[in-house]
Amino acid sequence: MPKESIAERVERLQIPFSPWGVDPYGVSKKHLTRAYTALEFFYRHYFSVETHGLENVPRRGRAMLVGNHAGGIAIDATMVWGSVFFEMEPPRLAQGMAEKFIIRFPFASSWSGKVGQFTGLPEHAERLLEEDRLLMVFPEGARGTAKLFKERNSLVDFGTGFLRLALKTKTPIIPFGFLGGGDALPTVANSYKLGKKLGVPYIPIVAYWPPIPLPVKLEIHYGAPLVFQGTGSEEDEVIAGYVDEVKSSIAQLIDRGLRVRRGEPKGSLQLGDGGISGPHGSRGAGQDRNSR
Amino acid sequence: MKIVIPGISGGVGQKLALHLLAEGHDVVGIDVRPWFDAPKEIDLHRVDIRKRAAEDVFRRVRPEAVVHMATVTSLMMKGEERNRINLGGTRAVFDHCRAYGAKHCIFVGRHTFYGAAPDSPLFHTEDEPPMALSTFPELADLVAADLFAATALWRFSELVTTVLRVSYTLGPSGHGTLATYLKGPTVPSLMGFDPLFQFMHEDDVVTSIALALEKRARGIFNVAGPPPVPFSVIVRESGRKRLPLPEFLIDRTLGRWGLPRLPRGALSHVKYPVVVDATAFRKATGFRHLYDEVETIAAYRKAFPPPVSPSA
Repeated sequence: MPKESIAERVERLQIPFSPWGVDPYGVSKKHLTRAYTALEFFYRHYFSVETHGLENVPRRGRAMLVGNHAGGIAIDATMVWGSVFFEMEPPRLAQGMAEKFIIRFPFASSWSGKVGQFTGLPEHAERLLEEDRLLMVFPEGARGTAKLFKERNSLVDFGTGFLRLALKTKTPIIPFGFLGGGDALPTVANSYKLGKKLGVPYIPIVAYWPPIPLPVKLEIHYGAPLVFQGTGSEEDEVIAGYVDEVKSSIAQLIDRGLRVRRGEPKGSLQLGDGGISGPHGSRGAGQDRNSR
Repeated sequence: MKIVIPGISGGVGQKLALHLLAEGHDVVGIDVRPWFDAPKEIDLHRVDIRKRAAEDVFRRVRPEAVVHMATVTSLMMKGEERNRINLGGTRAVFDHCRAYGAKHCIFVGRHTFYGAAPDSPLFHTEDEPPMALSTFPELADLVAADLFAATALWRFSELVTTVLRVSYTLGPSGHGTLATYLKGPTVPSLMGFDPLFQFMHEDDVVTSIALALEKRARGIFNVAGPPPVPFSVIVRESGRKRLPLPEFLIDRTLGRWGLPRLPRGALSHVKYPVVVDATAFRKATGFRHLYDEVETIAAYRKAFPPPVSPSA
């Protein structure tokens, strides 16, 4: 059977494209095809991305992929975006919530929208979820991408907006742990002054030249869906508790990924089943919170 | 029903008048501009909406409904006079509606009220503030007129007020901001930006206003037709060539060498999208657009075919 082309996979995305190949948000078949074609080499060969637990990502309908930033630039988001397109059947488009500064820049503005990445506004996220799209969220925000090499597998504070939104739109959260991003571009410092001059939050500085990502193996570990019950207007304390559960799930996915990476035995659990035991000691994920 | 249309001689005004006439209404028009081939059944008055003679029309006709389209939207007309027409005229229309017993007043505004900005959400809803005031100061008087009309909703409870924020019009008449910008063989754009544009066929605009009249929809409504389309696609499908210019150059280029003119503030509209959510209007009136994006651009292209270069 001949190998399916990228264009054919784009054709199979569950998105209402117009006769001109553009969806109501401006996502373009032509641009998706070009971007995925360029990404394929990096995804499959340069970074040899390994994806685990993809069966946890719903094949259709609304869902929120929520995970950790792994340092430097947006390699993590790009590979998650690639994983659900290259590996899922049918392929899915993960739509990210980009930092606001991106849309101010020529070409970045045009391209980000055409490949489905919009400014990180609650209005965008809610609308996309209401239309049963797949949202990609990094609750650490820009603080997460600013992690230095030594902090690459840690988690910084999470925002809470994503959780309120998940409750309001009754969206399952699929946690994921991303490994290797910090090794690919080991950041030794961030220049906030230079960033301010260039209109971005900061500029990551690496200890070698040219500062291009190294060809290290990247891994994405998806965990079982977390479904919380509520309306989104709960007290901050309640939301903070739910956010901690998501954070803990992601931490466990990272931790287990690291142990496997170091060659330690996996124990009785299979990767991606979401039922994880580890130093964070949380109860099994993959269950409705407060409802079952 | 007796309907007065201030601003009847504009592109949409004429079509609306013909549509309402065909539906059996008595149509009375007020406009300083002429409408040479208007049907004789339409009672036309070439007067300024702010003047006494316009009030006399209201006094004599005693309309049941008024569709206020007498705002100057052309960005090329500047200054005090435009402000006076848009704000003074809107105030006069509402004063006359109240004084002479109109039951329903429709203010036809524009969707660009929301403004185009990098942190602006796609698909604005009616409860959002007018960001155009900061991003596009040249629109300030139109925004103020819209807000003035909106205050009628609570100030004049006896009058049903409808504020429509209508997306760009496109179609065979070639009227409207977008249609004018597209007319030449080469359409300037900002290099590296390709915002979504929302437009609807002029016949659908007419249908939407007629439906708002029929349903007496009270409130503020965004009015839109087919889904928005990237600017590059509109230019391509209308048979024009896009001329992407870097931002530092576009200021100095527009209005020269056959390129359309554009005020400074309008540049944000070729940089960032202004798109509205029209769900509330559809729900209130049952409006469904008849022409999709392909048919709408095809109608424009047929009426204004791309100029053929001499070498072709």
